[in-house]
Amino acid sequence: MPTTEKKYDWLLKNFDSLEKSLNGESKSPIHAMRKHALARFVELGFPTAHNEEWRFTNITPIRNTQFHPTLHFADEGITKSRVEPLFVTDAKSIRLVFINGHFAKNLSNTPPSIKQMKIGSLASALQSGDPTANQYLARYASVETSAFVALNTAFMQDGAFVQIEDGIALDDPIECLYLTASSGRPLISNPRNLFVVGKNSRATIVESYVALDENACLDNVVSEIIVGENSVVEHDKLEMEGENTYHVGTIQIHQMAGSNYTNNVISLGGKIVRNNITVVLADQNAESTLNGLSLGTGDQLIDSHTTIDHTMPNCTSHELYKSILDGRAKGVFNGKIFVRQDAQKTDAKQTNKTLLLSDDATINTKPQLEIFADDVKCTHGATVGQLDEEQVFYLRSRGISERSARDILTFAFASDVVERVHSDSLRERLRQFIQHRLEEGRNTRI
Amino acid sequence: MLAINNLHAKVGDKEILKGINLSVNAGEVHAIMGPNGSGKSTLAGVLAGRESYQVSKGEVLYKGKNLIEMAPEDRAREGLFLAFQYPVEIPGVSNNYFLKAGLNEIRKARGQDPLDAVEFLQLVKEKINVLHIDQSLLNRPVNEGFSGGEKKRNEIFQMAVLEPTLAILDETDSGLDIDALRIVADGVNKLRSKDNAILVVTHYQRLLNYIVPDFVHVLVNGRIVKSGGKELALELEERGYDWVTDLAEAVHN
Repeated sequence: MPTTEKKYDWLLKNFDSLEKSLNGESKSPIHAMRKHALARFVELGFPTAHNEEWRFTNITPIRNTQFHPTLHFADEGITKSRVEPLFVTDAKSIRLVFINGHFAKNLSNTPPSIKQMKIGSLASALQSGDPTANQYLARYASVETSAFVALNTAFMQDGAFVQIEDGIALDDPIECLYLTASSGRPLISNPRNLFVVGKNSRATIVESYVALDENACLDNVVSEIIVGENSVVEHDKLEMEGENTYHVGTIQIHQMAGSNYTNNVISLGGKIVRNNITVVLADQNAESTLNGLSLGTGDQLIDSHTTIDHTMPNCTSHELYKSILDGRAKGVFNGKIFVRQDAQKTDAKQTNKTLLLSDDATINTKPQLEIFADDVKCTHGATVGQLDEEQVFYLRSRGISERSARDILTFAFASDVVERVHSDSLRERLRQFIQHRLEEGRNTRI
Repeated sequence: MLAINNLHAKVGDKEILKGINLSVNAGEVHAIMGPNGSGKSTLAGVLAGRESYQVSKGEVLYKGKNLIEMAPEDRAREGLFLAFQYPVEIPGVSNNYFLKAGLNEIRKARGQDPLDAVEFLQLVKEKINVLHIDQSLLNRPVNEGFSGGEKKRNEIFQMAVLEPTLAILDETDSGLDIDALRIVADGVNKLRSKDNAILVVTHYQRLLNYIVPDFVHVLVNGRIVKSGGKELALELEERGYDWVTDLAEAVHN
């Protein structure tokens, strides 16, 4: 058996190359962070089923592949006209495009930086010594317990950087489009996003992930979000990568007093998809909403792990996660809610619903509530089921074909998550994607 | 229009319909009455194509076609309509959306062009006034949160929009107060014409005060034991079902 160090030789070599390309920057505190994260990753290694957090999520194909990062930006021949149809919000949006984790300036559409608002690439923010970037980067997403965060941190170079000062209401969404395109050998992309929103502000962030080819790829993303006092942030994530993409997404949210954060995660593509979403309600009267919708078919595995950490009194959290699984698809849901001793008057509600469309699809669902305060309201519920045949019959009895009846009902199951997305154009696109996916799933079933 | 010959049907191993004979012509209204558990709803379900019932013997001809072999949606497209005893709630599907989808399938089968959203809305507005349905109800998910009376009115509203040639009303009167009963009956009566037929399945006579039948059949233990005119309903109301139940035993033994 190879020693851990040997096992990750390929990664260490890539890290050496990264280091050599950094010149002066290799002495920076950011690089010290990278080195520590690499060491931590090598210690932790990719998780196995022995790890409780990965019990139902077999990532052997990830463990057995040597993925190589792209250390410099290359446009991979991707043109504006190829990218245009991939955007999911309307043309007024601010748009940031990334190719293999690196900012593609020519494909993006960003407003000029002003003092109150910086929207652009993390790499340039770090280069210019941006104090906010330096203050908050890797502050909340810990490399100590997560191998994937450690791996991302070890190779973090670029991603979205958004800083919104106090009292700014941004009406148009900030859409971040992450593309992967590999030249053949397995690729790892490590986008690193940092969104810092000040007090009394409002913003909508949309992340969307698309693979431009069917080559093996590990998209290992970390997003850190700080929501300032009384600010309102909606954060939508749309994952629709290819059949050979492994997607591991970590979202770490830190909410200040009176803030309101909504996260909608829609997972449609990928071979293995794992989302780790952690919200820390760090001060009073904050409200957090986590919604998720997964559509799995074929051999897809879609895993959603969420943690809502109520640390202070009078906070509210709502969670609705839904899965529609077909073929031999596997779903995993793990929803942790912590209510710390100080978090009196917490109101937390969690719901997980799964619709199984085939005999071979499976779901493992686990609500996990740990409550240390005594004056709280916490509810959770999980259901797993199939389409209601009485509903199918009702629709058919009005002239609707069985096929359409099943599609209508499946779509309806998905719709209450989709309807929670505020952007009209994004919601409409989501409806189209889901409709399309249901048709695809049905065609493979017949 | 409808010819039922020696129809036997079961749920699992239990035989519920034990040889039904019934003939319904265009322009007629037939009432099927009977005590609880006599097989009334089973008959309605078999005719609409509910899959939990297996037809073990006999045949049903509808417009000369073998109805039993047709899928439920094909029956609807041929003009058959079932008003459900327990209308189903369908969260996430708006009433209008689903009804427009159904109507356009039926129009397609009739060789008519589909209605667009505007034309459909016009049709809805026409029909809605008759049934005193609040229009906002129609933008809500199918039957979700509707009261019992609203659900039944919604059934008749759907019937008014789909304009079936054979409508089967399965205990449409159950759970309705007298005002709602009148509204529902008005809706049904508006549909009556020489070209279509209605089968009213009911336990009580009172609906038949408003929807006056041409024929009344009494179903007991899976068989029609007595048929007659509208006065038979009144006789049943007066004498109860025991009288015909005894009759059924006498006939059978």
